[in-house]
Amino acid sequence: MIYQDSKVILEVRGLCASVNGVEILKGLDFTVKSGEVHAIMGPNGSGKSTFAKVLAGHTAYEVTAGTALFEGRNLFELAPEARALAGVFLAFQYPIEVPGVVNNQFLRLSYNTIQEQRGKEELDPLEFDDFVREKMKLLEMSPDFLDRNVNEGFSGGEKKRNEILQMALLEPSLGILDETDSGLDIDALRIVSQGVNQLTNKDNAIVLVTHYQRLLNYIVPDFVHVMEAGRIIKTGGKELALELEMRGYDWVAAEHQEAMATV
Amino acid sequence: MNTLTSIRRPLAGCLETLLTGLPQLQTSPLPWINALRAEAVNRLDALPLPTTRDEDWRFTDISALTNLSFSPALNATYLESADVAHFYIEEATTRLVFVDGIYAPQLSNSASNSGILVSNMQTALTTHAAVIEAHLGRHVTFNDNVFTALNTAVLRDAAVVIVPRHELDATPIHLLFIATQKEVVSTPRCLVIAETGSAVTVLEDYVVLYQPTWHEEAIFIKETHFTNAVTEIVLQDHARVNHIRIQREGSKAFHIANCVVSLGRASNYQSVSVALGAQISRYNLEVLLVEGAECAVDGLTLISANQLADTHTCIDHTQPHGVSRQLHKCIVGGSAHAVFNGKIMVRHGAQRTNSIQSSRNLLLSGKAHVDTKPQLEIFADDVKCAHGATIGQLDSEQVFYLQSRGLSDSVARNLLTYAFGAEILERIPIASLKHQLEQTVLEQTISQP
Repeated sequence: MIYQDSKVILEVRGLCASVNGVEILKGLDFTVKSGEVHAIMGPNGSGKSTFAKVLAGHTAYEVTAGTALFEGRNLFELAPEARALAGVFLAFQYPIEVPGVVNNQFLRLSYNTIQEQRGKEELDPLEFDDFVREKMKLLEMSPDFLDRNVNEGFSGGEKKRNEILQMALLEPSLGILDETDSGLDIDALRIVSQGVNQLTNKDNAIVLVTHYQRLLNYIVPDFVHVMEAGRIIKTGGKELALELEMRGYDWVAAEHQEAMATV
Repeated sequence: MNTLTSIRRPLAGCLETLLTGLPQLQTSPLPWINALRAEAVNRLDALPLPTTRDEDWRFTDISALTNLSFSPALNATYLESADVAHFYIEEATTRLVFVDGIYAPQLSNSASNSGILVSNMQTALTTHAAVIEAHLGRHVTFNDNVFTALNTAVLRDAAVVIVPRHELDATPIHLLFIATQKEVVSTPRCLVIAETGSAVTVLEDYVVLYQPTWHEEAIFIKETHFTNAVTEIVLQDHARVNHIRIQREGSKAFHIANCVVSLGRASNYQSVSVALGAQISRYNLEVLLVEGAECAVDGLTLISANQLADTHTCIDHTQPHGVSRQLHKCIVGGSAHAVFNGKIMVRHGAQRTNSIQSSRNLLLSGKAHVDTKPQLEIFADDVKCAHGATIGQLDSEQVFYLQSRGLSDSVARNLLTYAFGAEILERIPIASLKHQLEQTVLEQTISQP
């Protein structure tokens, strides 16, 4: 939701980034204010997921130009864990399986690390168990998932729920959801979306990276951005997503080229 | 002929060094034991000690062992329960304790609620001589194995577990071998017989007692001793055995162990072996499967500094419908060296065998070293077999995932290293032991640079 006088959470200017020497992001500008929900759409290979990973600090991606201020701090000077502690959260497109690490143990370690950073009280195993079970109800997750290894043997939908569960525990000020809708059936999509909606408030912001308009029926964006060849080439309201669903992306690119030609 | 003084061959010189001062063994009242020993002595006479020129010992140089001299443990250090209670496993009420290879009745508790016989061999022979005779030394071969021959040649006592037909007992039985004396060779021996339809859990545990009085002069764990163990496990038809083996000897110890497991029809053998200690250790495990038998053979080696740990396994499918699964992991730090050689044999006629084997290795430092050799030898044409090996550092995607949840790089790496080992430890069906070992892994992985 757009609020008057909301503060800027993320401000990206002229971001260029490459992976294995190939430039993927080519001068990306992007601003997010608190309370807002942004959707980034675009064809395969346009750089959406790269953008999400660059914000989270994935080491395979090299930032070659541009800046990103997160609540006034230079994001690119922070290690991935420092970004997480500062309030950036990436829900992975493909959540990583971690055999041998029990979900409950991982969630509590992560939660307590962030609580400590925020100067808040850490929870012992029993307290945490009650706390996490409440959060799991939100996502209609069975408590059985606590005793299983992190994401190991989870179905696609279960992995995505586990990601949103982590977001619910860590309460980031910026949640980036990288194709969280992919691989979800309609019920799971509804549950995950409800979970995300309950987590949004006027102090945080959500960036949804998605291929499909489908998700946006459930999580209504304030802004829809179209990415193409490493940049945002069009920004509109939620109705833009519907238009993209009907007409595809080609017309946006054509319109963009035309506009560039007239400059 | 039951002494080692008859050894004359030049190579046996090393053995003599190894066994200086071995006394004349008391002749057993049982002729078959004397015969078994004599046979082993004869073989010893002919067998050379392995060197790195032998394919099976290519990566494991034991000259450090053969250059030293050891005396046999003649007198057991007398220990009170209080000295060793910290080694006890709370779930295991039944326990046999051997100190430097010698049975310590005051530390043992062989009273079992069920009909299972848990006893040292000298006692067990009074009631179960026939069954012991039928199995002792009949599964393990010493024809081409000098260490097995050595163990058998000096055979005096053993830990014996006999589970009667259809007896099911979930309570683990603890076979605890404590090393207390330096420059001593001990020759532990185990015999486990699970009769038809029975089920049992056996923990074979090798530890070193760090005695406070040694603090002043030398730190004992830095002193050397040599454990040369032999274990035979027999599963009759439809029997189930859980076998957990923990080797946590002192950091200068030598540990060589041979274990042979013989599986009857439709029996099920589950084993987890963990190697943590010793300067040089070698574990040979041979599992023989007949029709419909099933085994899961898992292992974890966690070593650092200049330790060497070598695991050789052979899972031998001799008849159809056998199932085997093996996961062996090594976590190697410092300039340590881990060796894994895992052979899966599928003999002619062993159709419909289903076998999967995986060797996974984690190197924690630039000087750490792993040699792994998974081997399949298949002589049947209708089988499902897979094997593979990986060696590497931690998965960078996993590290990033944990970092993105606020964990620092070092916490993430420690957690993943721990998890790598925990995957094996999780398979130990004794909660307190599992917890204890998890702590050990946690401490050791965190202390790594």
